[in-house]
Amino acid sequence: MLEAFLSSSIGMATPVLLAAIGELLVEESGIINIGIEGAMLSGAFFALAVAYFSGSTALGLGAGMAAGAAINALLAVLVINLAVNQVVAGTALDIFAVGITGVFYRKFFGITGKAFIVPLIPKLRLGPLADIPLIGPALFHHNFLVYVTIALVPATGFLLWRTRYGLSLRAAGERPEAADALGLDVYRLRWQALLASGVLAGLGGAYLTLAYAGTFVENISAGRGYVALAVVILGRWKPWGLAAASVLFGAAMALQFGLQALGTTIPYQLFLALPYALTLAVLAIVGGQAASPSALGEPYRRP
Amino acid sequence: MIVSSLARALGAVVLAAAIVALVLLALGASPIGAFVALAEGAFGNWYALTDTVVKATPLVFTGLAISVSFSGALWNIGADGQLVAGAIAAGAIGPWLGGWPRPAAIAILLAAGAAGGALWGGICGWLRARRDTNEVISTIMMNFVAAQLLSWSVHGPLIEASRAYPASTPIAESAHMYMFFSPSRLNLGIVLAIALAVGCYLFLFKTAAGFELRAMGRNRRAATFFGIPTARLTILILTVSGAMAGIGGAVQVSAITHRLYEKMSPGWGFEAIAVALVARLNPIGIIFSSLLFGALDNGSQAVQRGQGVSAELVQVIQALVIIILLAFDTPMFDRLRNSLSAAARPVSRTTTTELSDA
Repeated sequence: MLEAFLSSSIGMATPVLLAAIGELLVEESGIINIGIEGAMLSGAFFALAVAYFSGSTALGLGAGMAAGAAINALLAVLVINLAVNQVVAGTALDIFAVGITGVFYRKFFGITGKAFIVPLIPKLRLGPLADIPLIGPALFHHNFLVYVTIALVPATGFLLWRTRYGLSLRAAGERPEAADALGLDVYRLRWQALLASGVLAGLGGAYLTLAYAGTFVENISAGRGYVALAVVILGRWKPWGLAAASVLFGAAMALQFGLQALGTTIPYQLFLALPYALTLAVLAIVGGQAASPSALGEPYRRP
Repeated sequence: MIVSSLARALGAVVLAAAIVALVLLALGASPIGAFVALAEGAFGNWYALTDTVVKATPLVFTGLAISVSFSGALWNIGADGQLVAGAIAAGAIGPWLGGWPRPAAIAILLAAGAAGGALWGGICGWLRARRDTNEVISTIMMNFVAAQLLSWSVHGPLIEASRAYPASTPIAESAHMYMFFSPSRLNLGIVLAIALAVGCYLFLFKTAAGFELRAMGRNRRAATFFGIPTARLTILILTVSGAMAGIGGAVQVSAITHRLYEKMSPGWGFEAIAVALVARLNPIGIIFSSLLFGALDNGSQAVQRGQGVSAELVQVIQALVIIILLAFDTPMFDRLRNSLSAAARPVSRTTTTELSDA
């Protein structure tokens, strides 16, 4: 029971963490990406559609990442090149993704009424590690995307704080004028961050359809992109912080299903609302902007 | 100025419709058939026409919430949660209003809605003003808290007597909104919405506080420097903004649903962003842009029935309208337009609105 709960928490945390790592990259470059929910939803739909028609999970994953990147490319034109308001543009892309995936879904699958199901990405047992009691099944018996995501956590930390490129990216988010004066291409850096974030959010969406649900329902991302925004704050813009915050959200979601299955009278909505309330409480206590990049949300116009 | 605003808004809607027509062609559906079905569904008969107004009503309330907060560069993405919070408050108090005369019962219900929404918005205002917390994040979080609170309410404390369905006990009949032209669903809500829009217009453009708010929207730092109490204004505006969305939720309970369900809003708080941008944040304009989007919502149901195209098509249109209007407001578009127009006339820099600056 506990093993299943822990395992399910990690599984639920993974797509959120993927999106959150992407959000961390863009936020460090100075952009707040509200469109992340749209990138995730598009990734979820196109991953499943391509996997269904091609019969190839790998092609599906590729399509999911491409769809996320495409949504973010549109956002990049708006918020980087045209310097429009990032919040409004991002919200527009979220609405766009709900609309476009809904229209395509009904067109392709709604009319035929045929089941829209693909085989799930298989779980891998990591050798003897999976036999450790409790921890084994919880941590070492998942599909490969979970392991990739866990590996991305230290990799992102290394990229951002141990490489010259990471320094450039953070400069674009802290002092874009200064970065520009030093000869860094702020537009290019922010474009790269947004595309990378689109790929990761798209992969998170693909996880939902290909590794978790095995099918698509309208608005399947159900706010997980917005959860990723909260995770970045709750994790204080630190990769392992993000991982911990994602697991907290994952546990809350896993608990919901556990409680419903047990038929308890404890209102599961309480647990579902808890992570959001916790994020608000953290914001109220610590204050919001303390750990965020200085130029977050401000369009940069080259002088 | 007004003519050019109108031209831009209409241009954006036409351009969005053209793109959607291409999407429909790509899907193998007939754009003309879809648009005809849309128009018939929205205006084709008396019932369709009145229901377009009914569907526009919550959009006026949430659109005003967006208009007032965006005017001060307060990016309230939480009108949806504020509307739901207002609906919960109204749905909770509604069953207890049996003994009251009808006008008083309705007033109490709407006041409860305003209070619920005000609480939801006010918390985010306080977080922004006193804890330097980005209101975008806090308002989004509050959307989720409201959704879970609603779900819990209709499964738990407010569940109807038989406990069979996730819905609340019906509100007292004395709290039912005044209805017009029965059996249509037209009701006093739209009149209240229009009155509120006029009030918002007077506040924004005829009062000192409205001027201060718009100054804050242009440049918060400069406004603080000139002695405008930006912190107090932030709390006040997000509270009022939430209250207006909350009244929208209460009106929905009072006039249409008469009780709470798990899903009270199909995303009116987000659609309101498109509504407000088309109106260029002008409260009077919001009445008309709400009717436009109400018609789209209403007509899209007919498109789904008749043409087999998902009603979510309307969300594609909403998003495209927002994106196109954002792009229209950039200096780059002004340059493009200048280079295209042979009789180049000077373009006022003020047309580059605060939306692209903030």
